[in-house]
Amino acid sequence: MSRVGPLLKVSGLRTEFATRDGVLPAVADVSFEVARGEVLGLVGESGSGKSVTGFSILGLIDPPGRIAAGSLQFDGLELVGAAPESLRRLRGKRIAMIFQDPMMTLNPVLSIETQMVETVLAHDDTTREAARQRAIEALGRVGIASAVERLAQYPHQFSGGMRQRVAIAIALLHKPDLIIADEPTTALDVTVQGQILYEMQKLVRESGTALIWITHDLAVVAGLADRIAVMYAGRIVEMGDAADVLDAPRHPYTRGLLDSVPAATQPGMRLRQIRGSTPSLLRLGPGCAFRERCDRADAECATLPVLETAEGRSVRCVHPLELA
Amino acid sequence: MSAVVVPAAVVETPWQRFRRQFAESRLALIGLALLVVVVAIALLAPWIAPQNPYDLAKLDLLDARLPPGATAADGMTYWLGTDGQGRDMLSAILYGLRVSLYVGIASGVIALTLGAVIGVLAAYLGGRFEQIVMRIVDIQLGFPAILVALILLAVLGKGVDKIIIALVTVQWAYYARTARSAALVERHKEYIEAARALGLGAWRIVLRHLLPNSLPPLIVVGTVQVAHAIALEATLSFLGLGLPPTEPSLGLLIANGYEVLMSGKYWISVYPGVALLLTILAINLVGDQLRDVLNPRLSR
Amino acid sequence: MSALLRIEAVSKRFSKKLDAIEKLARALGAAVSEHTVHAVDRVSFDVGAREVVGLVGESGCGKSTLGRLACGLHAPSEGTVRYRGEPLTTDPGVRRPIQMIFQDPFASLNPRMRVTNIVGEAPRVHGIVAARDVNDYVAELLQRVGLDPSFARRYPHQFSGGQRARIGIARALAVKPEFLVCDEAVAALDVSIQAQVLNLFMDLRDTYDLTYLFISHDLGVVRHLSNRVVVMYLGRIVEMAPTEELFAHPNHPYTQALLFEVPRLDRRLRTFVPIKGEIPSPLAPPGGCHFHPRCPHAMPRCSSEAPTLREIGPDRWSACHLNEH
Repeated sequence: MSRVGPLLKVSGLRTEFATRDGVLPAVADVSFEVARGEVLGLVGESGSGKSVTGFSILGLIDPPGRIAAGSLQFDGLELVGAAPESLRRLRGKRIAMIFQDPMMTLNPVLSIETQMVETVLAHDDTTREAARQRAIEALGRVGIASAVERLAQYPHQFSGGMRQRVAIAIALLHKPDLIIADEPTTALDVTVQGQILYEMQKLVRESGTALIWITHDLAVVAGLADRIAVMYAGRIVEMGDAADVLDAPRHPYTRGLLDSVPAATQPGMRLRQIRGSTPSLLRLGPGCAFRERCDRADAECATLPVLETAEGRSVRCVHPLELA
Repeated sequence: MSAVVVPAAVVETPWQRFRRQFAESRLALIGLALLVVVVAIALLAPWIAPQNPYDLAKLDLLDARLPPGATAADGMTYWLGTDGQGRDMLSAILYGLRVSLYVGIASGVIALTLGAVIGVLAAYLGGRFEQIVMRIVDIQLGFPAILVALILLAVLGKGVDKIIIALVTVQWAYYARTARSAALVERHKEYIEAARALGLGAWRIVLRHLLPNSLPPLIVVGTVQVAHAIALEATLSFLGLGLPPTEPSLGLLIANGYEVLMSGKYWISVYPGVALLLTILAINLVGDQLRDVLNPRLSR
Repeated sequence: MSALLRIEAVSKRFSKKLDAIEKLARALGAAVSEHTVHAVDRVSFDVGAREVVGLVGESGCGKSTLGRLACGLHAPSEGTVRYRGEPLTTDPGVRRPIQMIFQDPFASLNPRMRVTNIVGEAPRVHGIVAARDVNDYVAELLQRVGLDPSFARRYPHQFSGGQRARIGIARALAVKPEFLVCDEAVAALDVSIQAQVLNLFMDLRDTYDLTYLFISHDLGVVRHLSNRVVVMYLGRIVEMAPTEELFAHPNHPYTQALLFEVPRLDRRLRTFVPIKGEIPSPLAPPGGCHFHPRCPHAMPRCSSEAPTLREIGPDRWSACHLNEH
């Protein structure tokens, strides 16, 4: 176990799905690093490959999908091609995942206590009573009042926001080094989202857990993330410090996303929109995937741009927007 | 004005998609092929049967109970032997298949239509109507099918139309219940709300929107039910009810050879039995694949 | 400005009636009771011609139910919904001047109908267009909403989410409505597509002289589109005001909390301060003011007496005891 270097290093990740119409490269080429205790916002719209990236890191890609290329180094350990048993030991203990639908984590027919105790005992050799205490403590950390009574209840007795908190508590049971959260607040009300964000932020600050927050909502990561990576059609198109990416985006897509948010335009005026729609991943030609929708595109864009990094900032574009 | 957008999707009609998904199972394709053969035989029976088994003039009692492969006086080969009246088994089976299929499919189609409309209507209207209809369905389903059919046929007598009536009476409840379940799910979907908001009338919504989308599970039930209907009819005929001896179905043919089965003259019962078995098997194979294909997971 | 739509003291309750077994159990002493959800509780407001009124609130606030009441899809348990002065009919088969745009672009289109029929059925049935002219009519509508008319013979599953949203809009426009209720119409769409559809809404409003009731949980979208905003909480209106007024000076504590919680692009690495408590279940709302268990300014009066919606300024309404001194 090394203490230096990034906690997670993703290099050239490529995850494919075999479909009847051909091979679908959901993640075509993704590379990034996450340092200990850092919050990375992975932003993109549907079809960008952000969720598949998260699943790939955790080894949750089942046939007809597979990780076709690349490396995933977690604290020095190579995850791609690792034995299923070693992946299982990592999952839940050192890397945890929170899903958009908390019912993907929670079993509707088991009590919360059973589920949490089982999770503890799956990785730690301890007594049931000790496991139960840990569960109570975890529930308290996510702001669930009357944790002892709540333990005996079943998922259907909780509201959507509460279930998500329980799912987060389960993710926290083993004090993981990294949590991957896939759109955990998208389906929740604004006030509940605020509560969850508060808890997550507290967690990250208190325990130094690294966090990859996958979302399509730039505003959410604005408040939470240290760094942001923007994905489009299976590739990262821009990456850098959150403030830099949001205040001075260099990729036309990022600029387009930021501009199309209603808050970016005077009320009542037409919103600035990105024309066209996301291309089908099966029919991506060579060249930049964004060029059909980009005002700055020209003949040079027919060759796929490389992700160029300078001073902690990365852009995949041959005509990036200039820094002001 | 917004720019015109182009659909970036696969150009496949629902029918094409259905065909492709169905063909994914080899077993189902075999079943389908078998079914096609069976149906073709049944339709072409009058032309391909060596002999018309209903033409009493052609029958020669001297040719009774001849084993398979025996030759008739006029040189015709009885490929599958003859029955107690000297009838060529092959021809009898071909015609019998025809009757069995006709009865099974006709009663299935009528029962499906009746049950589907009632079930979907019950789901859409709800309230008292739904309660009453569903209780009737429950009561109907509580009785063993054979019992109901027997009683009906005892009252109605013999005849192809009578047995169809009996089979429809026995079957409609299955369809009604399935249709109602499917329609209940669909009824709360937004496209039905949209139809109401647009001011479309209740009948139009039921027939044009709710019914077509409630059809998939009905089709699955339908294929299995047709097999059941054929088997039920065979049973009833075996027991001597339903069809007259002048229009024997496979069941009646089996019954005819029953007494002599143990004395070695197996062909009179066994071959019609095999034909019946293959037909039901084919229907079930197709029905299984239909159930998988028509599963709601195909909403992509 | 005369009111086009008038919601007069409308309430809508949904009860799950006890069936025979449950009635028996209750007779035998079991603690079984009818569940009643007060989805909408004595709500009154107007929408004037060519206005865009935004209706916001979180789960259980009743905004979707109110939208359906406004369309005539539900009949109110109490109160009246008036359109141009006349009570709105909920009879089936009647063409209404208020149409709805639905949230789920996947579930709101009949998967077994071709687009040309989805859009063309209602105008044909209502006699708005003759059967032989339907195809042209549909083609024109599709173009208006930004779709290629040559795809009219396709089925919904062959289109993307944004395109299906447009088909839904074309369908509503086909019956020449005056008023559109948009129930979370852009919630299921990607941000870049959302911008396109919102622009479409604004263009259509000018072209067809439409009035909107725009239901959304997304305050940013509502702020952009609406003249006025109505805020609901657990079935009741808590505040109503012109848009900019509401966002600049929210009066009701719930509105204040809601606005504070909305994540904004310009707030970086903020420390989130959550509003305490959970949204109560609509089956058992708190007594008095529904918001009092979570309100930082709650007084004893708030738990026993429900505040009335009163005018606190020109066209500004709020339901809070704090406004009375």
